[in-house]
Amino acid sequence: MGEHTDLLRLATAGSVDDGKSTLVGRLLYDTKSVLADQLDAVHRASTDRGLATPDLSLLVDGLRSEREQGITIDVAYRYFATPHRSFVLADTPGHVQYTRNTVTGASTAQLAVLLVDARKGVVEQTRRHAAVLALLGVPKLVLAVNKIDLVGYEESTFALIAKEFSAHASALGYTESDVVAIPVSALVGDNVVTESANTPWYTGPTLLHHLETVPVEPDPHHAAFRFPVQYVIRPRTAEHPDYRGYAGQVAAGTIAEGDDVIVLPAGQRTRVRRIDTMDGPLSEAGSGRSVTLLLDDDLDIGRGDVIVAAGDPPTVTDELDATLCWLSDKPLRPNARVLLKHGTRTVQGMVTSLNARFDEQKLSVVDDPESLRLNEIGRVWLRTSEPVPADDYTTSRRTGSFLVIDPADGATLAAGLIGAPLPALDQSSTTVDAERDLVSPGP
Amino acid sequence: MVETAAVSAVADNLDALESEAVHIFREVAGEFDRPVILFSGGKDSTLLVHLAVKAFWPAPVPFPLLHVDTGHNFDEVIEFRDRVVARYGLRLGVAKVQDYIDDGRLAERPDGTRNPLQTVPLLDAINDHRFDAVFGGGRRDEERARAKERIFSLRNSFGQWEPRRQRPELWNLYNGRHRAGEHVRVFPLSNWTELDVWRYIQRENIELPPIYFAHQRAVFERDGMLLTTGPWGGPRQGETVRELTVRYRTVGDGSCTGAVESDATTVDDVIAEVAASRLTERGATRADDRLSEAAMEDRKREGYF
Repeated sequence: MGEHTDLLRLATAGSVDDGKSTLVGRLLYDTKSVLADQLDAVHRASTDRGLATPDLSLLVDGLRSEREQGITIDVAYRYFATPHRSFVLADTPGHVQYTRNTVTGASTAQLAVLLVDARKGVVEQTRRHAAVLALLGVPKLVLAVNKIDLVGYEESTFALIAKEFSAHASALGYTESDVVAIPVSALVGDNVVTESANTPWYTGPTLLHHLETVPVEPDPHHAAFRFPVQYVIRPRTAEHPDYRGYAGQVAAGTIAEGDDVIVLPAGQRTRVRRIDTMDGPLSEAGSGRSVTLLLDDDLDIGRGDVIVAAGDPPTVTDELDATLCWLSDKPLRPNARVLLKHGTRTVQGMVTSLNARFDEQKLSVVDDPESLRLNEIGRVWLRTSEPVPADDYTTSRRTGSFLVIDPADGATLAAGLIGAPLPALDQSSTTVDAERDLVSPGP
Repeated sequence: MVETAAVSAVADNLDALESEAVHIFREVAGEFDRPVILFSGGKDSTLLVHLAVKAFWPAPVPFPLLHVDTGHNFDEVIEFRDRVVARYGLRLGVAKVQDYIDDGRLAERPDGTRNPLQTVPLLDAINDHRFDAVFGGGRRDEERARAKERIFSLRNSFGQWEPRRQRPELWNLYNGRHRAGEHVRVFPLSNWTELDVWRYIQRENIELPPIYFAHQRAVFERDGMLLTTGPWGGPRQGETVRELTVRYRTVGDGSCTGAVESDATTVDDVIAEVAASRLTERGATRADDRLSEAAMEDRKREGYF
């Protein structure tokens, strides 16, 4: 039998006490991803603490300090599978450093499950989380209205929350088909894996059924081909004396044998002679596939170069209009010198101006802030020491993103997104344009 | 069924995991000076070597292998290890726990278990060879502390893992910057589950040491585990040796790696067994992880894999 399952990467987000650990525990438990010895350990630990029933959240709280404090500190990755699909779940804690963790989990997610407590509805954290998920370009959202049992399974309560969230999501650029709201009780199990008899008014899918069937789209649609070169493969062996292949992973779009390409930043034009793998050449390769490209012409290409579709190249620039999610305790100040890791190239950079700070709750901006602090999101201008092929984040999550790194100790300071991925961020565009004229060097 | 152009997207779970691991190997080759692959001959490290070969084909793997040898080995595994090294023309270094015990740098533990003793020889080998990136076969599904492990995991000059100092890992942009004396542990199999590993072994027809499949073996029971008889201290008084049909789900130090009763003689049998199993592979077979609730976390902090 051909075991043909695909892979969905998802993230969870929610505030403290929304029952997220219990929901994740429930998904793992009901898909039989929790095995007997893990469950034994949870039973033992629950009894040790004098709890009457096993605490499913203990399945997912991993570190000693987390168990001691009863909180989750860091993003944890969970795995479960059904006959149709395998899941990689990034479980992001709700309270401390919520932006840092949500940004991390959301950066690779194709879908996010956002939890709210049915008794509290959409709260400040819900709005913030949704804004961060939208900013990071997570294509699909699920609003899990949890603890529906505690509001007497009332349809009107659910409908009100779903409606309020839908309005917020649409302000963030989500269409109606991108967002699904599901009434659940993680504790009891309503509509998580099995349909609940307690919510006859709800006719939609259970959470797991939705996760199993939602279309996984190679992000974003119709993206142009992008291939950051990781490594040059030159065996120089008797068998392969002249082999010269460019190893990398297709970051966006699709490439076929014979396609015309341009190598950036130099700009040479050539053609793909072969798409190689150890298992034999491919006629074409799509987003996410690791391959080795052989080109028609002998060019000077190395790590850091990007091979792109000849018909649709990105802008090559040493000035970036970007959005930063600041992840360090050390605040960002204007004129900071940093390193930028973009694709497979690391260049020096300088933050030439700090234009706006984003208020993720009000979806508004504060112009010209003095600094950007931990967990704050802001819009900046950056200059780079060498030109980089820059795609807008909204057209390519992989080639529109970069890391900001501290040159002193190598720490990751920020997640960088090229452009202003949220419409709300663009409110300050007039300011940004004015700043640009001030800082742009002459030709 | 309509077959569409299947090559265009990475829709298949195993293809996606393979491409991710290959990408990680190439990132390390591009950014580090002296990487090394930890290789014991076990299934996860055998898979690592297979993926490394794929990542650089048709060129040879551009890094050596290192085995931290507890001295409590299964002969079949050592023989297999050397065969893999020869087949791919790789270089293998061996750091021996026995040498450290012989000259007094390490002392045998009362329980005879040597897995925790691997840390010092490993860190010495990293320092002596100035390795800056160390590939390991760790997977996040193995254990709770591993679930929070990064793919690139920064270690200080004592090899220690500080959960609070871990860098956020964004998109697939790995930050491998480190200061002199620090190194990065790299886990290309982070997102694989035990079942993924076996399905991939099946698909790629990867050879494994024979002890992963059902065979007759003299074993005795200790702490609910089936341990094999050997020079590492067993059976003790009161422990009865029985001849059973068993296989191993993990392969480590002989003194603390348990066998499971099994009739699975082929990869297909093993997949059926793993899919139906109600125990994790570590829970079933590793005494060292049972030492305390936070056993793995403590050993990682000390620089263990």
